[in-house]
Amino acid sequence: MVITPILISLKTASVAILFTFVIGTLLAYAINRAKNEQAKAIADAILTLPLVLPPTVAGFFMLYIFGVHRPLGSLLAGLGIKLVFSWQATVLAAVIISLPLMYRSARAAFDQVDPIYLEAARTIGLAESKIAYKILFPLAAPGLTSGGILSFSRGLGEFGATAMIAGNIAGVSRTMPLAIYSAVVGGRDEEAYGYVLILVIVSFLFVWGISIITEARSGRYRLKTRT
Amino acid sequence: MKKQKLFAIVLTLIMAAALLAGCGSKEAPAPEPPAADGASQEAPAPEPEPEPGLTGAFMIAAAASLQNALDGDLIPLFNQANPDVAITGTYDSSGKLQTQIEEGLDAQIFFSAATKQMTALAEGGFIDSSSVVNLLENEVVLITGTDTETKVTGFENITDAEGIAIGDPASVPAGQYAQEILTSLGSWDAVNAKASLGTNVTEVLTWVAEGSAEVGVVYRTDAASMADKVKVIASAPEGSLQTPVVYPVGLSSDLGDKAEAARAFIEFLRSPEALAVFEKYGFKPL
Repeated sequence: MVITPILISLKTASVAILFTFVIGTLLAYAINRAKNEQAKAIADAILTLPLVLPPTVAGFFMLYIFGVHRPLGSLLAGLGIKLVFSWQATVLAAVIISLPLMYRSARAAFDQVDPIYLEAARTIGLAESKIAYKILFPLAAPGLTSGGILSFSRGLGEFGATAMIAGNIAGVSRTMPLAIYSAVVGGRDEEAYGYVLILVIVSFLFVWGISIITEARSGRYRLKTRT
Repeated sequence: MKKQKLFAIVLTLIMAAALLAGCGSKEAPAPEPPAADGASQEAPAPEPEPEPGLTGAFMIAAAASLQNALDGDLIPLFNQANPDVAITGTYDSSGKLQTQIEEGLDAQIFFSAATKQMTALAEGGFIDSSSVVNLLENEVVLITGTDTETKVTGFENITDAEGIAIGDPASVPAGQYAQEILTSLGSWDAVNAKASLGTNVTEVLTWVAEGSAEVGVVYRTDAASMADKVKVIASAPEGSLQTPVVYPVGLSSDLGDKAEAARAFIEFLRSPEALAVFEKYGFKPL
């Protein structure tokens, strides 16, 4: 078993989650504040698509945007950046595929914050940015955290879109899921077991972490409201 | 607390199971056998087929790479001369078809992309070995995108390419051929270190057509299927492949009342007219 796919996957998921967390949270914040319900519904639908489409379809769209002959891809190529078939492309795939999980978690987390706290803050004249930073985000923290963990785990397991735009190059873009696929179809079962075991354990620990965090938070919240 | 832990465990197991299932089922989807081509034109032109009033029905199980040529041209052409013969085509990888025939697929003709599967079926008594003919040859070629600039002029200097796409030799036959060619040229290790390994030939083709990879190794027929987006740089150097890519066709050993129509179709496939069609799709008649 070669160790590089494990390192590549962890690196990809770690960098991807930074982008996913910030972009997903900000999008959810902006759309939560939007007034037009129809526009909100459409934004929700678009931002959820990568989650429900087969990753190969999402990868297909990405290829048609970032491919070297395509609009954004040729623009980048003009700047001397070749995104496809690079490690950066694995990050891009992970961000786009895991964004819906972050976005939806953040939307739900913001929705669950009782508006009375925000109204109270407004009556004492707190700036909106300060309300978000001091009140909304802390209250939504458990939801944001679990969304972040889900997104990280999803990024770790990304396969279809990665193969489409990042390829399957040893030491560059061969992530654990791609290595597992190669091993399985190539009949190298022991190698596959190794990667599968690592992937399952890491994902398990992270997803388990979600319940620990949400449990602890909701416990504290309950106590507070009772007093 | 307990409940949520349990939920987390169950969720993880489901994810793990889904992952395994996802990996296992990534084989090329089996296209449904299209219902017998009812394009029976009213033009009984006395083409190569001597039997005037041939009737009947049969099924041909053919390698996926033959689907375009058969469905697109050859079966309609045969039906022009023999409007009363209903032909059903089923297309998949030769290995899968071999399994299906062994498990009872009632196909009268088997058209394989490699001798291995045909030999196995003949030895198993499913195919009449006296009927097997090596009809076509496919070539392994080096391709690049029509809009891609490359310094590569053949398999010899393939390592000059910035990105190389080949099928994963562990599972893709075209990739195994690529490995064989490059090993004989002494550049396999260098290529393997930088190549992107596709899980099937179509993926390799897409990578090259989209310009993600500078060059790729596919069959000539694959290149012909996307002639507007990829061009052939070179074919495999003489002697670099021990076993040529041969497509044999054979008849089932249990034809029943479908013998006449099936035999007529094989005769038709061997006619100069049909071979010209195969050539159009990138095959080399043998």
